[in-house]
Amino acid sequence: MTKVSAVSAMRIDPQAITIEGVNVHYGALRVLKDINLEIKPGELFAFLGPSGCGKTTLLRLIAGFLSATTGRVVVGNADLTNTPPWKRDVGMVFQSYALWPHMTVRKNIAFGLEERRLPRAEIDKRVDAALDLVGMRHLADRRPSQLSGGQQQRVAVARTIVIRPKVLLLDEPLSNLDAKMRVQVRQELRELQLRLGLTTIFVTHDQEEANTICDRIAVFSDGEIQQVGKPMDLYANPANLFVASFLGTANIIEGSVSGIGANRIFTTSSSVAIPVAENAVVPPGAKLVFRPQHCSLTPANPDDVRLSGTINTIEFLGAAVRYELKMGADSLLIELPFQSADMVKKEGDILETYLPRSAMLWLAD
Amino acid sequence: MTDMSMAPVKARKGFSGLVLLMLAIGAFLLLFLLIPAGTVIYVAFTEKGTGALTLVNFLDFLENDLFKRSFVNSAYVSAMSVVWASVFALPLAVITTRFEFRGSVIIQTLGFLPLIMPPFVGAVAMLLLFGRNGTVNLWLDQFFGIKLPFMEGLNGVIFVQSLHYFPFILINVSNSLRQIDVSMEEAAQNLGSSGFRLFRKIVFPLAMPGYLAGAALVFVKVFDDLATPLLLNVTDMLAPQAYLRVTSIGLSDPMGYVIATILIAVSVFAMWASVALMRGRDYATVQRGGGGLAKRKLKPREAVLAYGVVVFVLLLVLSPHIGLLLLSFASIWSFSALPDGYTMAHYGRVIGESSIYIKNTLIYASTAGLIDVVIGGGIAYLVLRTKLFGRQWLDWAATAALAVPGVVLGIGYLRTFYGVTLPNGTSLTSLPIMIILALAVRRLPYALRAIFAAMQQISVSLEEAAENLGANKARTVQRIVLPLMLGGLLAGFVTSFATAAVELSATLMLIQSNNDAPIAYGLYMFMQSPAGRGPGAALGVIAVLLVAICTFVSHVVIERSQKSLGLKK
Repeated sequence: MTKVSAVSAMRIDPQAITIEGVNVHYGALRVLKDINLEIKPGELFAFLGPSGCGKTTLLRLIAGFLSATTGRVVVGNADLTNTPPWKRDVGMVFQSYALWPHMTVRKNIAFGLEERRLPRAEIDKRVDAALDLVGMRHLADRRPSQLSGGQQQRVAVARTIVIRPKVLLLDEPLSNLDAKMRVQVRQELRELQLRLGLTTIFVTHDQEEANTICDRIAVFSDGEIQQVGKPMDLYANPANLFVASFLGTANIIEGSVSGIGANRIFTTSSSVAIPVAENAVVPPGAKLVFRPQHCSLTPANPDDVRLSGTINTIEFLGAAVRYELKMGADSLLIELPFQSADMVKKEGDILETYLPRSAMLWLAD
Repeated sequence: MTDMSMAPVKARKGFSGLVLLMLAIGAFLLLFLLIPAGTVIYVAFTEKGTGALTLVNFLDFLENDLFKRSFVNSAYVSAMSVVWASVFALPLAVITTRFEFRGSVIIQTLGFLPLIMPPFVGAVAMLLLFGRNGTVNLWLDQFFGIKLPFMEGLNGVIFVQSLHYFPFILINVSNSLRQIDVSMEEAAQNLGSSGFRLFRKIVFPLAMPGYLAGAALVFVKVFDDLATPLLLNVTDMLAPQAYLRVTSIGLSDPMGYVIATILIAVSVFAMWASVALMRGRDYATVQRGGGGLAKRKLKPREAVLAYGVVVFVLLLVLSPHIGLLLLSFASIWSFSALPDGYTMAHYGRVIGESSIYIKNTLIYASTAGLIDVVIGGGIAYLVLRTKLFGRQWLDWAATAALAVPGVVLGIGYLRTFYGVTLPNGTSLTSLPIMIILALAVRRLPYALRAIFAAMQQISVSLEEAAENLGANKARTVQRIVLPLMLGGLLAGFVTSFATAAVELSATLMLIQSNNDAPIAYGLYMFMQSPAGRGPGAALGVIAVLLVAICTFVSHVVIERSQKSLGLKK
């Protein structure tokens, strides 16, 4: 069977996933707080956050492995809130792959279809199609322990999509692969997801994985969703300090604002005064946030803010050089493109840089 | 936002089935462990005749010189057995784990010996080898003109028990030593420590928990053992006294219960003490991928010493087996270093007369093993895979059987079920099923641990994956859990079977007719008379072979299934 027909045999109508008012408690500990989320049909959607933030908990809730204190889980038109895991048709690929060691690759993949009591001929046909889809037909009679990590991952994916799930859940699918495989497999997963048109949730703690292949990202921290959006929007317009610092590197400077209108001044905790743009909205308790690479050695606009300090450390990143400056008691990271070694400054030198007002963000917790 | 409870996600059908399973296991433990053991303790604290609560029975115990002496003797024998077992075990543990040593496999295999032959089987053979007129003393007398009292009185019990139970210390200490990460030792070396100082300050403290666990086990086993002192004709110890009181004076005499209660208390205390001493000292330090302590090569002089120690201990350990084998082929063996003549007649007699013992043993031990697998599997599943209220109690209750000596359980069954009769008037206690139940309860803790360990190896996500793909709880157990646990269940079965096949203490209390007797009882009866020793030894050899073959075969099966599952390379 060719890949194209294998795909057409497995395509189903993309389904939306709706999470409404979900709270989860472990004893007195509240691990998910008022989660509301709408995932569009056919989206590749990332749950991104550090470990312990609740992203895997929410995934397991959608799969039905734990129950929420309040709230609903709806897939397509079906409210799955009270459905046991085995009746949900929500396909999940486990972080450890969870391949059954006592079954061959073929038996692993056939399991879900056998549980659905399909006729043998139909099972064989669909298992072959799934094997073709992930390029594992030649290893069908191996045991999982005889496969490499990447091969095991393909089998785990095939075992899940062969039942034609309504949606696909991937729990840190790349975390058990080496760095090189990760880049390759994430593209394969993206292609497969696009071809099947399958609404997919991708749990990861790696922002690069989320940024490169996902349509939208929900950033989790401390059991709450901090922000939902497209990767570039999250980077350019983080909603709060957590998102700003979790996605990429950011300078976060503490201080307070005085004055009004065009004369507002932000005074850092070490008494460096920085003018605030007239149109800037500064929430109460806000800190100044900017990306290290937005500074340059020459001002691009006349009203660029001048930031200068003593170079404390220098890191060479390849394409750029990262300086850590001491500006009073504040510490700043500045990244400048690397051109030649003799243009790189030394520790102890004074570095004078310019930050456009448009690059200054005012964010609170 | 809809405020709606998601709690009932777990399927109700599976839920009620699990509750039923839990109740059934709870009922079994209550009926055949907790109530009989509780009855024994209760009777010990009640006044004979009136049934009022009292301590008078314990005061009577303290006023009886024989009982006091028995208590002191039991404590002395147990403590000395621990000392001698440590003397045998510690050098072997260090030699096999710290050095590159060829004999390691043989020494580790010794760990199975207590499983395949109870100490009383070898006791008679030990008399012939080490007794006043035994082989060794005849030689000593001939060459040096001295005799050593290896087997006189309590010495004999200590000698037999320590030789028999030292592998418990050997295995526990070896495991502890192996779990010490090599970086622990390297860090000490890096900071300037080496040689014996390093061993004393780093290695030995880290191995301490294993030693304490093994020592406590040896102490309890020796304290509770009934058959070895009886066979060596030492009756002034506690377990034999309990047996003699109940069998000679009767079930209504409170003294038997008092002694039984003291046996339980001492078992509980010894185990509690070992746990309490180890609290907060969980020293398993092997990091992921770590390989335990570095082994170094023995220098020539050390090698000679090491092999000398190992060969000496091996000879001692194997002496009951060698003696038993000689005895089973000996036509006459008395006042001579070796038998005067050899014959096959004993085997002929045993196979002709005693095949009923072998048949009974196979039936009892395998049924007990089966019961343990079902109940142990049930408890392991409930504890590890459900959140049912009270599931831990089942585990605790089953493990409590460790603290109930066989003789106590036997007395408890007699007292509890004596009045319970079938419609035709026969008492429950006269049925062989009682022996089977006692065996099953006594072996349950060991089987349970084996099954627990197997189940803990199965990642929960393997089961979740099955549920995710459409298998409900029952189907998941059937298609994923059971196949993956097969090795563990078999290991549990073998643990039960092998030890139940040669257990005597509970059986001795419960046996009603020779036709219902297992091998261990037959052995005991044969060994009572000098004329029966030959056939008794032959029966002993058959028992050892039976258990050894069963253990070996299942070991092979388990290894193979582990390999085919890819759990072990």
